[in-house]
Amino acid sequence: MKLLSTKATCNSHGQDSSYFLGWQEYEKNPYDEVLNPEGIIQMGLAENQLSFDLLESWLDRNPNVAGFKSNDGKSIFRELALFQDYHGLPSFKKALVDFMAEIRGNKVTFDPNHIVLTAGSTPANETLMFCLAEKGEAFLLPTPYYPGFDRDLKWRTGVEIVPIQCTSSNNFQITEPALQLAYQEAKKRNLRVKGVLVTNPSNPLGTTMSRSELNLLIDFIKDKNIHLISDEIYSGTVYSSPGFVSVMEILKERNDLEDCHAPVWDRVHVVYSLSKDLGLPGFRVGAIYSQNDVVVEAATKMSSFGLVSSQTQYLLSAMLGDKKFTKSYISENQKRLKRRQRMFVSGLQKAGIGCLKTNNAGLFCWVDMSHLLHSNTFEAEMELWKKILYEVRLNISPGSSCHCAEPGWFRMCFANMSEDTLNLAMKRLKAFAAAEFNGSSCSKKVTLQLGFPAIVS
Amino acid sequence: MSLRKAGQDSHGQDSSYFLGWQEYEKNPYHPIQNPMGIIQMGLAENQLSFDLLKLWLRRNPDIVGLKKNGASLFRELALFQDYHGLPALKNELVEFMEKTRGSEMKFAPEKLVLTAGATPANEILVFCLADPGEAFILPTPYYPGFNRDLKWRTGVEIVPMQCSSSNGFRITSSALEQAYQQAQKMNLNVKGVLVTNPSNPLGITMTRSELNHLVDFAIHKNIHIVSDEIYSGTVFASPKFVSITGVLKERNSDNNIWNRIHIVYSLSKDLGIPGFRVGMIYSNNERVVSAATKMSSFGLVSSQTQYLVANLLMDKKFTSKYMEETQRRLKRRKEMLVCGLRNAGIQCLKSNAGLFCWVDMRHLLTSATFEAEKELWIKILYHVGLNISPGSSFHCCEPGWFRLCFANMSEDTLKVAMQRMKAFTHSTTFLLKAS
Repeated sequence: MKLLSTKATCNSHGQDSSYFLGWQEYEKNPYDEVLNPEGIIQMGLAENQLSFDLLESWLDRNPNVAGFKSNDGKSIFRELALFQDYHGLPSFKKALVDFMAEIRGNKVTFDPNHIVLTAGSTPANETLMFCLAEKGEAFLLPTPYYPGFDRDLKWRTGVEIVPIQCTSSNNFQITEPALQLAYQEAKKRNLRVKGVLVTNPSNPLGTTMSRSELNLLIDFIKDKNIHLISDEIYSGTVYSSPGFVSVMEILKERNDLEDCHAPVWDRVHVVYSLSKDLGLPGFRVGAIYSQNDVVVEAATKMSSFGLVSSQTQYLLSAMLGDKKFTKSYISENQKRLKRRQRMFVSGLQKAGIGCLKTNNAGLFCWVDMSHLLHSNTFEAEMELWKKILYEVRLNISPGSSCHCAEPGWFRMCFANMSEDTLNLAMKRLKAFAAAEFNGSSCSKKVTLQLGFPAIVS
Repeated sequence: MSLRKAGQDSHGQDSSYFLGWQEYEKNPYHPIQNPMGIIQMGLAENQLSFDLLKLWLRRNPDIVGLKKNGASLFRELALFQDYHGLPALKNELVEFMEKTRGSEMKFAPEKLVLTAGATPANEILVFCLADPGEAFILPTPYYPGFNRDLKWRTGVEIVPMQCSSSNGFRITSSALEQAYQQAQKMNLNVKGVLVTNPSNPLGITMTRSELNHLVDFAIHKNIHIVSDEIYSGTVFASPKFVSITGVLKERNSDNNIWNRIHIVYSLSKDLGIPGFRVGMIYSNNERVVSAATKMSSFGLVSSQTQYLVANLLMDKKFTSKYMEETQRRLKRRKEMLVCGLRNAGIQCLKSNAGLFCWVDMRHLLTSATFEAEKELWIKILYHVGLNISPGSSFHCCEPGWFRLCFANMSEDTLKVAMQRMKAFTHSTTFLLKAS
């Protein structure tokens, strides 16, 4: 009899992918300006380190909150220490839904009774899988997608992912034929499709979904009678046009969704977290938002397996409840992200490298290095990735780890380091690209004559 | 469309354990605002030593401000989401665990996995040790939450091992064997035994002989033992706490059985901080630690909290004094309850740990049935105004036993509860005698 469970001994935690391997290499030889200037620069971590000063100064101005004291200086340590109600701290839920509304320009509002708090968006996504699908059923996900989903959505739930292939021909937007193809693919594999999960803004593309894509999705789930999960974890990181449009906004606009039998409103669920917008991944604050009472009830009970620390709920209820602060934070944070992205894109250009021209959100760019591949294959992409990791000493994420259909694309993060470090990374990349270009015998793209691939921004 | 897990009942939340809680929420006792309200005796919380924790916080304002020696650690902590956990916290936790076990053996921080409370710790262990449709044996009576925590999303079954008052609800080899046979009859593959030591709801520490029976059984059947030691710091009287690891060490067992022993712990009961969600798994099995570490992604401990707790535990002088004082207060409180119940003509199982007593009200039943137990529970809830937990919700095989908590209220409130109980039993006895 085998000692451990299948889950414990199999590989479906997905952690053998290069996404995690590159991370390990970085850990062994991390760049440090003083201590290790030749080390690997981490460009594979989608963290927002640009606005800590704003959070720190708020904390300095509000010392009572971290000290478990209420506004009038009274200690509420006891109440917080005992508070393990999976319905969540009411003041925090209120502050969180207000913050979510603010990010959406107050075009939509959220009801705190429909929000479920979870220890980050990782359990939020897994919980939704447990609630919406059985083992062996499937969710459709547009590629490229966040590698962590292979673990978060599939591992313990037994749910399958069927990819919706997107391509560079239209900047990786979701199309109707692609949706239908994925649906048919699932059918061929005898998998019952329970829904579609999208990340909007997209990781790794760094783009907001267009209104037409969102409407397409709503049409699709309406027609197939399935769910839609919109992971909007990057919603606060949108720094340029066309601006963020949430699926909730589209639902509000449409007037064809009043079908009583299986209302679409009941099948759309939003996931959020403070890990990216506020740069607080360590605090483990995530949420599920759904109009479906059955889902909210079940997810609330399941949140017992990953509640948010009451200490953290209290701190953030005060911070997010400070509307003056949140307004200025959101705007300043976006400004800094925009500036950083411009720096990065410009540095890439100097290296003769382009990225997705629709990039307007997120903490990373979706970069096109297909012109540096020895052949238009994923093997060549891996070779290039390894060269960049070990020779150029940049840990970047290869498109294959994101299940991209086309080789040569890489995700590069720009918000998790100082400006100086970013400049150094760009210098190293420029030197590498120049050497590669000079030594390269690959001339499949006519545009190489110009030194720029076709999709330069 | 169906939402099977979402819609079904196996989250176990329709049991009286939760219903009594709901009634309390509607009409909660307050000495001034609602003196006729329901007194909550169904919540195993440790509220006796917050003054000590608050004192520590006042002396260490830097820590809550996420500072060390004046320098801010906010950034580092805000970014820290490594599922290996804050090294400082793990180092302190293993030392804390060692102390609780009389320093019989050393624990290694790399064998510890941090989780957001004991709830995910238990679920994760089941995910790691058993496939859907397989089973764990649990001695009854057991914590009702296990029906949700161990079974709901994992698809694993619980096979109860019946313990009875005839021997103080102790685990015996024959009861273990019987449960195993029962599982075979039901075509269930037993992967292990899960015990809570000290026991919830019994409030007793397992004896060396019980632990040895358990180890014999696990060796013979080649299965796992999960020992939920969440109450290990609440032992307030002899015999001292003996952990399963202590017994294994004495036996000089070979490596194989060591690979199948896993401990669950949490700070929710000992330190009284359930809201902060600090739990852990300790296992000698590398593969379990590796898989559980990855699974902890679904319920990590907030780094803000990890930092606070690490510093609290680092203050050895404080934790030593805290544990001693808490145990003294728990002992005193338990004695108050036992005494008060005795005055009401009610006996308890002799206990030396936990935040509750296992109370014998069989003599107050109109018949030795669970229906009569339910009637009695309802009467006590609505007429006496006490929310206590009926034995049936703990899957006890004998009707008439109840769990009463004593550490989640003030002394005065406990006195009021005891007065109400006394009044109730006197009138009941009168009625029983009269009929």
